Amino acid sequence: MSDVTPIRTPAESALIAAFPAARKSLPGNAHVIALREAAFNRFEAKGLPHRRVEEWKYTDLRTAMRDALPLAQAPQAATLAALGHVADPFAQLDAYRITIVDGHHVPSLSVDAIKGVTLRDLAASLSTGDGIASLGTMAKADDSALALNAAFMQGGVVIEIAKGVALDKPIYLRFLVSGDKPHAIYPRVLVTVGEGASATLIEAHQGADGIAYQVNGVVEIKAGAKTHIQHVRLNAHGDAAIDLSSLGTDLGEAAEFKSLNFVMRPALTRHQVFARFSGEHIKLDVSGAALLKGKQHADSTLYVDHAMPHGESRELFKHVIDDEAVGVFQGKIVVQQIAQKTDGRMMSQAILLSDDATMNNKPELEIFADDVACGHGATCGALDEDLLFYLRARGLPKPEAEALMLAAFVGEALEKIENDAVREALEAQTQHWLLSRAIK
Amino acid sequence: MLEIRNLHVSIEDKKILNGLNLTVHDGEVAAIMGPNGSGKSTLSYVIAGKEDYEIHDGEILLDGENVLEMEPDARAAAGIFLAFQYPLEIPGVATMTFLKAAMQAQRKARGEDELSTAEFMKRVRDQAGHLGIPQDMLKRGLNVGFSGGEKKRMEILQMALLEPKFCILDETDSGLDIDALKIVSEGVNRLRGKDRSFLVITHYQRLLNYIVPDTVHVMAHGQVVKSGGKELALELEANGYADYKTLAA
Repeated sequence: MSDVTPIRTPAESALIAAFPAARKSLPGNAHVIALREAAFNRFEAKGLPHRRVEEWKYTDLRTAMRDALPLAQAPQAATLAALGHVADPFAQLDAYRITIVDGHHVPSLSVDAIKGVTLRDLAASLSTGDGIASLGTMAKADDSALALNAAFMQGGVVIEIAKGVALDKPIYLRFLVSGDKPHAIYPRVLVTVGEGASATLIEAHQGADGIAYQVNGVVEIKAGAKTHIQHVRLNAHGDAAIDLSSLGTDLGEAAEFKSLNFVMRPALTRHQVFARFSGEHIKLDVSGAALLKGKQHADSTLYVDHAMPHGESRELFKHVIDDEAVGVFQGKIVVQQIAQKTDGRMMSQAILLSDDATMNNKPELEIFADDVACGHGATCGALDEDLLFYLRARGLPKPEAEALMLAAFVGEALEKIENDAVREALEAQTQHWLLSRAIK
Repeated sequence: MLEIRNLHVSIEDKKILNGLNLTVHDGEVAAIMGPNGSGKSTLSYVIAGKEDYEIHDGEILLDGENVLEMEPDARAAAGIFLAFQYPLEIPGVATMTFLKAAMQAQRKARGEDELSTAEFMKRVRDQAGHLGIPQDMLKRGLNVGFSGGEKKRMEILQMALLEPKFCILDETDSGLDIDALKIVSEGVNRLRGKDRSFLVITHYQRLLNYIVPDTVHVMAHGQVVKSGGKELALELEANGYADYKTLAA
């Protein structure tokens, strides 16, 4: 048998051709360069994921990503000034703000210091090695998107929250994509939360409509024992953007970790969560909501590894899908043999608003322990006609009745957000989307 | 107030109403009684505008205007209110939010000014007080986890706040104990007036002891087969529907 030589797509060939120069120009000490090379080799061996790769069955990146784009440069002053006009979805939020433009940390638009927290510029840390010992250890799957980020990561921040610190305000990471030309952007954020600390981390991702830029971002969160973390991500990328996002987390004993991803605009997005239970009595809650229309494609993929006993995981995903849009939910929960008394519940619910809307649900449970309670469910359907009639019989016109029902549907996921201002901001985004649909 | 002429309705090729005629005058409380399957609930849904039904012939006139051409929300704004036999649960929509949305939507449709929040709150408090509905129930999702009696009281609360001119009560007595029946009936009686009419659909005479009707109509096989005064209800209670089951067949 001869080896099969894969035929490279133009995007794959361009990425492979771009790496040698990128390796030299991107920040990194010898250790980081080795990490980049190993990641690049993994990508080179696998290529872009396509539908015959089981984990990417419903999101054929090989077809969707036609070209590789030039790497975005650090933003100039004029670029930053122009971005000042972009409305901040969390404008009302009292938070420690950190701004990342085109994958580069912008100190002039970021908080200098937070009490109890060590903040570092990732690009600088990649060169010095400071604070990045655990880089790449949370998001570690054999996955081409992760590998590409590791090979090409440009910048971002390293956030180290000290033991026992209870942050008084959320840390708000605002990611902006500038410009009128499409670029490739590879941001990365590394967060370490010391034992007993608690924090709320908010991400907002925004970029201009009509520009087919590509983002491949990774956020790694190492949560120590007895930490309490709430993470919320708003994906409001431009309507032509391709956005790949990975969240990797490693949870210590009795940690409580909640994460919610909210998808609004991008043409194609995949948010993948890799969560590992490294201690007992951990509580994990991963949820998502997506409001999709046009030809949008949104993929949420989970990999939850119950590697220790007495863990609890809750997953709730809500998709509202209009026009010809496509939603994907893949949830893989592994309960290892040692992980007795695991309690897992996974639910994916979709409302299809048009005959051409599509939802793909793929729950996967791999259970090797014998004393666990694990369940999953998936529902998919139109709005309930009887409920709709009930609301209309009370005087609500059809668009308003539908909007009320959809807001309530999405609201069940948003309810998980503990911070009122954050939840209200996402409710406002939901209302805005529903209103634009009602007046269509 | 309401005039139904020669109404023929089917659902999924099954004929339910067969040339029904009914007139309810201003300020009248008309009771509709009849055995299971006689078409009582279908009649209430067709008046309110549920879309599942096929209307072959006939008219439903509210103050001379044919409502069959109107969307359900337009009928509501025009003054038709249906108290559901099985009020639906809407998780995630707080009762207060729903009440306000419904009231403002109807006012908007009628070209009236929005109600101020203070005025809205006052009206809700007053009416909820009459019906013994505690404030915390109003903060919960609409009808979510409510008992049968609570759901029916919530229907009457909506009716009181929306101030319709034609109210349909579809088996409002089903699932109510005697105390709840009294509260609900008092709620209805408080709303009686010369400009407001009621269509009270029920199996049993019991409800009509509390909501005393002006007229009673017996339905069988999709038609009104007999009409009379309140004494007709007592007669039905004594003799049952056996006579009517064959009458129109």
